[in-house]
Amino acid sequence: MSNAESKRPAKRLLTLDVNGSRYQVAAYPSAVLLDVLRDDLGLVGTKRGCDMGTCGCCNVLIDGRAVMSCLVLAHDAAGKSIWTIEGVCEQSPGGVHPLQAAWAECGGSQCGFCTAGFVMASLELLHDEPEPSSRQIRQAISGNVCRCTGYTKIVEAIETAAGRMVETPGCASGAEVLFE
Amino acid sequence: MTHPHDLPRQDHGLIGKRIPLIDAKRKATGQAVYTDDIHLPGQLVGKILRSPHAHARIKSIDTSAAEAMPGVHAVVVGSEAPNKFGVLPVSQDETALAVDRVLYVGDQVAAVAADDEWIALEALDAIQVEYELLRPFLDMEDSLEDVPDELRLHEKTVGNTNIHKQVRQDFGRVDDAFDNARWSAKKKFKFIGVNHAFTEPHATIAWYDADGRLTVWTAQQVPHYLHRALATVMEMPMHKIRVVRPTVGGGFGGKSDPFPHEMVAALLSKKCGRPVRILFDREEVFYLNHGRHPSKIEVGLAIDDDNKISALDIDALIDGGAWGSFGVVTTYYNGVLANGPYRVPNFRYQGRRVYTNKPPCGAMRGHGAVNTRFAYEVLIDEATRDLGLDPVQFRIDNALPSFTKTVNEFRITTNGIVECLERARDAAGWSEKFGKLPFGRGIGVAGGFYISGSALPIHWDGIPQSTVHLKIDFDGGITIHSLAAEIGQGSDTMLAQIVADVLGVPIDYCRVKSEDTDTAPIDLGSYSSRVTFMAGNAARKAAQKMRRHVLEGAGALSGYPAELFVLTGEECVHVAMPDVRVPWIDALRRAMKDRGALTTSGCYTSAPPMGGKHKGAAAGLSPTYSFQAYVAEVEVDLATGKPHVTEVWAAHDCGRALNPLAVEAQIEGCVHMGLGQVLAEDFAYNDGNVLNPNLLDYRTLSPTETPEIHPILVETFDPEGPFGAKECGEGPLLPILPAVANAIYDAVGLRFYELPITADRVYRGLEKARKQRERRSKLADEVKK
Repeated sequence: MSNAESKRPAKRLLTLDVNGSRYQVAAYPSAVLLDVLRDDLGLVGTKRGCDMGTCGCCNVLIDGRAVMSCLVLAHDAAGKSIWTIEGVCEQSPGGVHPLQAAWAECGGSQCGFCTAGFVMASLELLHDEPEPSSRQIRQAISGNVCRCTGYTKIVEAIETAAGRMVETPGCASGAEVLFE
Repeated sequence: MTHPHDLPRQDHGLIGKRIPLIDAKRKATGQAVYTDDIHLPGQLVGKILRSPHAHARIKSIDTSAAEAMPGVHAVVVGSEAPNKFGVLPVSQDETALAVDRVLYVGDQVAAVAADDEWIALEALDAIQVEYELLRPFLDMEDSLEDVPDELRLHEKTVGNTNIHKQVRQDFGRVDDAFDNARWSAKKKFKFIGVNHAFTEPHATIAWYDADGRLTVWTAQQVPHYLHRALATVMEMPMHKIRVVRPTVGGGFGGKSDPFPHEMVAALLSKKCGRPVRILFDREEVFYLNHGRHPSKIEVGLAIDDDNKISALDIDALIDGGAWGSFGVVTTYYNGVLANGPYRVPNFRYQGRRVYTNKPPCGAMRGHGAVNTRFAYEVLIDEATRDLGLDPVQFRIDNALPSFTKTVNEFRITTNGIVECLERARDAAGWSEKFGKLPFGRGIGVAGGFYISGSALPIHWDGIPQSTVHLKIDFDGGITIHSLAAEIGQGSDTMLAQIVADVLGVPIDYCRVKSEDTDTAPIDLGSYSSRVTFMAGNAARKAAQKMRRHVLEGAGALSGYPAELFVLTGEECVHVAMPDVRVPWIDALRRAMKDRGALTTSGCYTSAPPMGGKHKGAAAGLSPTYSFQAYVAEVEVDLATGKPHVTEVWAAHDCGRALNPLAVEAQIEGCVHMGLGQVLAEDFAYNDGNVLNPNLLDYRTLSPTETPEIHPILVETFDPEGPFGAKECGEGPLLPILPAVANAIYDAVGLRFYELPITADRVYRGLEKARKQRERRSKLADEVKK
């Protein structure tokens, strides 16, 4: 079936900066960042919910902005600073960011499939606006779909985390690197 | 002798506490492993070729070109696995792949396993299928017709029609009640289908290994039913099949059937001996659907001179789509679950579920009860308006009492409906708001009633509905084995909480292994709101047996009788001499001397008889029922018609809130999901094609559209529930839909008999009302002239 093979493009080498490490992978020109993160780098904390930018489960930070990695071509992400949920844990004291600790305590996750995407969107919000109103929180997570919580306990978790991060200097230490 | 621990309502610190789910940190950090996160050595990509036609005969399939492609390891078609399966023993009407006919756009026709997705998709392109188009049945009414045999969608239908199931029930004297009614009405309601829209698309990995054993890792709510169906389709004994349920990204009923793609993954793996992964894209999730049935429901309500409900007469026509699924149950539930929370002395029901050439419908949160509940509660609202009665008080006056039987012989135990109504009313400030808010703002109320598991399981083979095994070894940790599927609702936490409470140890002593059919005892899984009640009871019994073992160890070490000890705070404490204490670990090790690890088993079987003898008496029969009442406040944008729910007061009788944090979470999730159905979600078709199979066009409510929700936990202590608990995962969805519709009526005076109540529908209603008012005032002016 040489005919079919000829339709298949060749993979090209690509260098990505993910979670502070540099990776070289071979990827199809059409590969999206989500594919490379999950399939090539094994960073499966980033979830595939829809593959078309409608659910936010695959949010990662790219140059400090929460972006749906299913909408970014992997080759376009070269040279940018990419952080995933695994990187957030690594940069946090005890491996759990204060936002994640609040998430667990407040019941922000039920099935948990959407959580990583929400956490990334919330981190961007808290970086831009350390003391967000409930309205600002709801707007900031509007690109994310959760089908379990009715968003109530997610908003609570973000409010709780924001309060602690403001009150306790150094509480979010390490997290700044995500936005450098 | 009754052990002090077994006395009613005696808890040891964990029951009733707000406990974060035991996997909460794993999930918050992205460490929980879902099916698609697993990557096995040599794993291949499986892809499915789907039908482009709603109804067609397959004349031929040529897979030779696909098979010849380098990188393609297996191709499978329907004739290779023709054995039928289905979740209900009475509706075995599915095959792994279409055998000679396709029944809907998206039906599975053939499948391939290949090295990567590119190759798999190219291989699908190379499969040649010749179809002969058949007349599609897309409207429910068409399926009522008598048709020639070749147009019947399945072998077993009612007569020569495409009716899948027809149900009739008649209790009391319905016609007399209508004849003598002070108020009566019959109204037709129309409901569109809705999808679970869980965030994790279906994913399955199957591996038929060299030892001839099949392992299937899959996103499932009921591993046991899949286990059975795999045995049928693969023609393998069950003991050679292992089903593993990794973390599940939401189910809501949509992952509770054994699915054809799970069979296909197994077939492909058997052919090539390598693990095969099938991962759905979002479009495929909508094709597999199994969501809430579209339906047309006529409800008649009669009210007597004492303002009591005197009769309910329901006729439901239900669109099942291509397969049976749970549909026989759905057909009953659309009627019988209207027998609470209010007393209905005369009750009649006709239900018909039809097959159509559309994606199959199945169980979805609030299964079978949601649409009828909407119609019933909206009619009650109309009645109270016409009669000048307060809708909350009317419901209180008509409430079923505790410990009673309904006219169709459901056994009711504790019933918190009145407390739910009163507390929701008071919290909402009902008396200051009802009928008093400015035009455009309004408040509405509705009640609900739901099962806590089915008293009669769908397989009548006498196996307990839930079994839990416990094991304690020298490390002192407690391993809980169960097949109750953790799907995010917190069932693992519930099991750990109960076991730890009974054994008087911190919850982190417990490790819950609920994912593997090789090690777990049978449990009928996470559907029909059965897990807390049934698996919870099984866990409690197993833990009570384990406690005896541990206390015997304490007795042997201390020289005092074992019965005189209680377990608390990781110690065995003498009830009369509190200074006599034996540490947990010492008692354990003494108990293990000469026998090794301690193991116990507890099980739950609903104790018959609790229902009637009539046909269909088992449908909707549950060992206990949950009750709920909600008040919703809405604001309608008068310029655009968009209804916005601002606040919800949600009171739910959960028997006992084992973990209030988890109960609240279930209520909040239910409210959000129900709001989606009443305001936004719309499964749209054109000629059998799903028009909106994605999460942008199939719109669930966003965070900014979701109101503030105030859960109100009402506790009534069910006599048979574990520590008094009942369900809280599905019933809390029921009242929100009609409460919102009734609030919209209070706000703008418009009734809607079709869902969803979108901005354009409200806008058109407002415009129509405005024009009517203008016409009337013009007429009045002319009369004056």
